Amino acid sequence: MINSKYFFKGFISIRRIDSPAIALGCCFIAIGALLKNLGFSIQESIFSTLLTYALPGSLVMAESLLVGASLINIFLAVWLVNTRLYPMTVSLMPLLMHESQPRWKYYLSCHFIAVSAWLIMKSNYQSVEKENRIDYWIGIGTATWSVAIIGTIIGFISSEYLNKDIMIGLAIVNPVYFMCMMIGAMKTIQINTSVILGAFLGPAFYFISPEWCILYGGFVAGTIAYFVGEKK
Amino acid sequence: MTTSIVLAILVTSLATYLSRFLGVVSSEKIKETSKIFRWFNCLAYSTLAALIARIVIFPSGALSEIDYIIRFIVIFISILIFYLSKRNLVYPTVFSGIILTYLSGYFG
Repeated sequence: MINSKYFFKGFISIRRIDSPAIALGCCFIAIGALLKNLGFSIQESIFSTLLTYALPGSLVMAESLLVGASLINIFLAVWLVNTRLYPMTVSLMPLLMHESQPRWKYYLSCHFIAVSAWLIMKSNYQSVEKENRIDYWIGIGTATWSVAIIGTIIGFISSEYLNKDIMIGLAIVNPVYFMCMMIGAMKTIQINTSVILGAFLGPAFYFISPEWCILYGGFVAGTIAYFVGEKK
Repeated sequence: MTTSIVLAILVTSLATYLSRFLGVVSSEKIKETSKIFRWFNCLAYSTLAALIARIVIFPSGALSEIDYIIRFIVIFISILIFYLSKRNLVYPTVFSGIILTYLSGYFG
């Protein structure tokens, strides 16, 4: 089934200095408090993090519920904001696939694909031989997923003590973490160009379409970066 | 549990899983040495960079209550700490949260 040696190797990777635990915990504390204020019960909040485990998606759901959007609208809005998970999956899974591994592992563990676990896996996959990478990945995913759930519970319970200033403080932690992690990942000309162009074009496309700016900006920036890198 | 909240959670998780699921389906036909893999790699990084830049420049939630100059200063110092601490990720993240909570109380 799952090789426990590699599973735990992945699981404890969140204790290292590039640990996402703090950043991830902070933003799910904010989500827990937000869901409580929206009228979610603690079971519903845990259920939400457990099943979705993608921050922007949960935020969109919360906003949509606030304005009373229909289920179809929620589906479309969440799907749109989480489409970024598609290129993330395609650029990760081929690194983890091995003929000796059963396919259900890929379909189950793709649930763990979210920015923090993805960035850790992308910077560490070479340290594990290919046939064991999927178990290592399941370890990382389980660990980050657990942090998210614990964060949600803490946020839910402590929501009364989290004032506006603390919520603002919690909100900056995640972008700062992602930004540092991305800078750390900038090692090839293709990734450097992708990150720098993406950071410019994403907000630039906001003036054309606030809803689609991430996908437009990401697509144009990534495609240019690809050709720049291939020409070299 | 209220039905509508449960339904909203289920719909949200389905919409999220869909992109991951389709990603695995496509991955089965893509080799890690292929050009299309490298292209998707670029797309993944650029989309993430676009997302993060958007969150910082055009925030929607709690962050939008903070003046953008303060946001930029906090981010700039955090990146500086990241380099000064030899790429430690814990110091800049903890710093950013504490300093922004303080600044929000001071200016807010």
